[in-house]
Amino acid sequence: MEYKLESGAPSGPIQTAWDRHRFDIKVVNPANKRKYRVLVVGTGLAGASAAASLGELGYDVQAFCYQDSARRAHSIAAQGGINAAKNYQNDGDSVWRLFYDTVKGGDYRSREANVYRLAQVANNIIDQSVAQGVPFAREYGGLLANRSFGGALVSRTFYARGQTGQQLLLGAYQSLMAQVNAGTVKVIPRTEMLDLVVVDGKARGIITRNLVTGKLESWAGDAVVLATGGYANVYYLSTNAMGSNVTASWRASKRGALFANPAYTQIHPTCIPSHGDYQSKLTLMSESLRNDGRVWVPRNKADAWDEGAHKVGRRPEDIPEKERYYYLEERYPTFGNLVPRDVASRAAKVVCDNGQGIAYEGRGVYLDFADAIGRLGENTVRERYGNLFEMYQRITGDDPYKTPMKIYPAPHYTMGGLWVDYNLMSTVPGLFVIGEANFSDHGANRLGASALMQGLADGYFVLPYTIGHYLAKKGAQPKDTSLPEFAATATETKERLNKLLTINGRRSVDDFHRSLGKVMIDKVGMARNAEGLKSALAEVREIREEFWQNVSVPGNDNGLNQSLEKAGRVADFLEFAEVKIHDALNRQESCGGHFREEHQTGEGEAQRNDEDYAYVAAWEYTGPGNEPRLHKEHLKFDYVALTQRSYK
Amino acid sequence: MNLTLKVWRQNGPTDKGQFKTYEARDISSDASFLEMLDIVNEGLESKGEEPIGFESDCREGICGVCGMVVNGAAHHSTPRATLCQVHMREFKDGDTVTLEPFRSKAFPVLKDLIVDRSAFDRVITAGGYISVRAGSAPDAHVTPIPKVLSDRSMDAAACIGCGACVAACPNAAAMLFTGAKVTHLNLLPQGQPERYKRVQAMVEQLEHEGFGHCSNHQECVRACPKGVPLDVISLMNRDFIGAQFKLRS
Ligand SMILES: Cc1cc2nc3c(=O)[nH]c(=O)nc-3n(C[C@H](O)[C@H](O)[C@H](O)COP(=O)(O)OP(=O)(O)OC[C@H]3O[C@@H](n4cnc5c(N)ncnc54)[C@H](O)[C@@H]3O)c2cc1C
Ligand code: FES
Repeated sequence: MEYKLESGAPSGPIQTAWDRHRFDIKVVNPANKRKYRVLVVGTGLAGASAAASLGELGYDVQAFCYQDSARRAHSIAAQGGINAAKNYQNDGDSVWRLFYDTVKGGDYRSREANVYRLAQVANNIIDQSVAQGVPFAREYGGLLANRSFGGALVSRTFYARGQTGQQLLLGAYQSLMAQVNAGTVKVIPRTEMLDLVVVDGKARGIITRNLVTGKLESWAGDAVVLATGGYANVYYLSTNAMGSNVTASWRASKRGALFANPAYTQIHPTCIPSHGDYQSKLTLMSESLRNDGRVWVPRNKADAWDEGAHKVGRRPEDIPEKERYYYLEERYPTFGNLVPRDVASRAAKVVCDNGQGIAYEGRGVYLDFADAIGRLGENTVRERYGNLFEMYQRITGDDPYKTPMKIYPAPHYTMGGLWVDYNLMSTVPGLFVIGEANFSDHGANRLGASALMQGLADGYFVLPYTIGHYLAKKGAQPKDTSLPEFAATATETKERLNKLLTINGRRSVDDFHRSLGKVMIDKVGMARNAEGLKSALAEVREIREEFWQNVSVPGNDNGLNQSLEKAGRVADFLEFAEVKIHDALNRQESCGGHFREEHQTGEGEAQRNDEDYAYVAAWEYTGPGNEPRLHKEHLKFDYVALTQRSYK
Repeated sequence: MNLTLKVWRQNGPTDKGQFKTYEARDISSDASFLEMLDIVNEGLESKGEEPIGFESDCREGICGVCGMVVNGAAHHSTPRATLCQVHMREFKDGDTVTLEPFRSKAFPVLKDLIVDRSAFDRVITAGGYISVRAGSAPDAHVTPIPKVLSDRSMDAAACIGCGACVAACPNAAAMLFTGAKVTHLNLLPQGQPERYKRVQAMVEQLEHEGFGHCSNHQECVRACPKGVPLDVISLMNRDFIGAQFKLRS
């Protein structure tokens, strides 16, 4: 198909673009709003804030999530904080600086106009959350506290202990439930969207499965909003929730929504390493630990200590100072242990590939607090990191006050997602995509504390306006699930579920997911090269073929069946993985979280190629087994000068 | 290590249900409790048998979905931990472990160890919020809030809505859960305009849902994985009594 990938962002000064756009777009008459039904899939920060705000405006909203309650979406797990350019610390922050940092941090692969708008509305998010009762950390004077996060030069991160995501989500969830009480929103939990219904080229509804009764249902609306989160679980092991999945986005992509930049994934450097093959997910340890912890591995491979293989090297305490390789401090004298996430992750991989790694299968490095304890005293370290140390000890059984922590990078966040224009609408008219599920604001790398900001910006302050433009233009449609497109899509869904249930193979769903994850992390993870990517393509196809012949999905589809739920998600990951690999193959440069080994500087740093790759790669699904087709949105940088990142 | 599991299996809400015995073999002491169950389930699945139904999502103690009763204690007896935070090093080779769903009239069993906690959502819907439309908020610094107050509010807001308090309570009351939300919002200046209406509506909803009454056993605080303090209940009671006067006048 032909696609014109135009962002639709207004031209002219970026500072006034959003104001002018809001004035130029159409507005739905308040008296008519209740005639429009909006289906919001997902109740994380993005979905809950959008559904609540649309309800407040008077739209008829139905909100879906797979968990038993809207409050449990994966956003709940975010720890560190949320950015905004309030400049409460008087340290020179501004909307401009937040905009600039985000474009630069994304390694110049995001759309300037979107990022500027994000920086602009971020302040409103803090106001909104405080008014909802979000108990952000405060100073003794009663004003809000801030911290600096993820290497930012200003203190602009707002936080609620280590539970910022939880508190922000509860704020949005409570506003959502207030709308349920007011009768504008209906929340439909324990329900999974399995397909998108497109009528005359427009998104008009969804097909869902009730996860308790197994019933397939059709829902019709005037527009569909996907707020279904990221795809990091394509790696099997990640910091995402067990149920996080790509199903809604992938199904939409098969119905005509282009998938943008699927290669971009953030692999977070400080997670607890895997303990064994039974490992089911990975736990993030806050980035703040790198402020005082020193990262090292043994210089001598013989000292590396691999519990899994029972290769006993030397205990870390027994390795003298000069036999320790503080690789970040040596390689990056200026930034040392505080280099950005992608740089820290890759450096850990390099030493582990070199046989110096520790922990299970040699996939870990030390994060050592001995110096900090010596310098600051145990009490100060306890004050700063006590809760994190406790969490670590609970999981690993090791005491970080006595022995170094072990950490290793883990897939954490996905910058890619469905392509959207300035109005957050995908290439399927009427299908809007918000939060981590879209590709919009983070380019090739996301800065810490910016995902919460983007999810809530989209949901509270962008989508509620921009969706009105589409709805006003179209006029209210009949909510008619008897259209043939609904029946046809439901039949396809039903057939797929039946197929999964009748394979009766011998391998569990998780076992396939684990195989997929291994290929993805080894060959499409922190470092990639053409040869590895090509072999990954072949391997993923093999796994997929075996899956459809040998997966075991017990039970039936007329009740609660968790094996069936997982099987559907893994089947979609197995298809999605291919387009992700194609994207990684196509992008012959290194940028942000995407590192192609063929494209590095003499010193092993990422080398961008702005001439040929300053574009968004948006992929069109072209049928089962076919190669996806590439479409490009060229990126223009009118305000931020492109530079090479350096942390030496 | 090897363990014997006695697990509650129940096919659906109307099924009677019964305990069934399973063996968990070669479990590493570094595995989490839920990973131990994953291993048992994968064994069942590859034999074409239906796995044991249990819920989990974040597996780091924050989403609140993973509750069940292990050896008689909600989330197992480990202090201040959700079940997903419990590791096998707390068990011994040869142990027998009993797994049951959170039982309460207000939490019907859906399957095996999975219960329906939607009553909690309805309690929040009744009044567990501050009404503020997006876009209408004043600057965040307009109202300074003393740090001690904000910290106390946060202690209460830490509730993850897992339902362990209900499962542990001999009366199946939901006072800790409801008190936590009332306290979180009623302590803050922003929560004042709806303070009494909120507590009244939420307590009424508790009655509708069939939760029991509080007779001060305090089992809820012992079972709470997040350390929500007991005084949230007295604060709620105080405001509830206050509401009877305020709302009438
Ligand atoms: C451990 C951790 C810590 C983090 N810390 C921070 C931080 O400090 N600061 C920061 O800015 N960011 C942080 N992030 C990133 C941030 O939390 C996420 O990017 C963000 O919360 C995503 O929000 P969302 O609303 O887009 O999606 P999610 O919160 O993932 O919500 C997805 C929703 O979609 C629903 N859903 C999914 N698929 C379907 C389907 N098929 N049918 C029906 N419903 C479906 C789910 O039920 C859920 O309600 C962290 C992430 C992790 C993993
Ligand atoms: S799985 Fe989220 S709290 Fe246990």
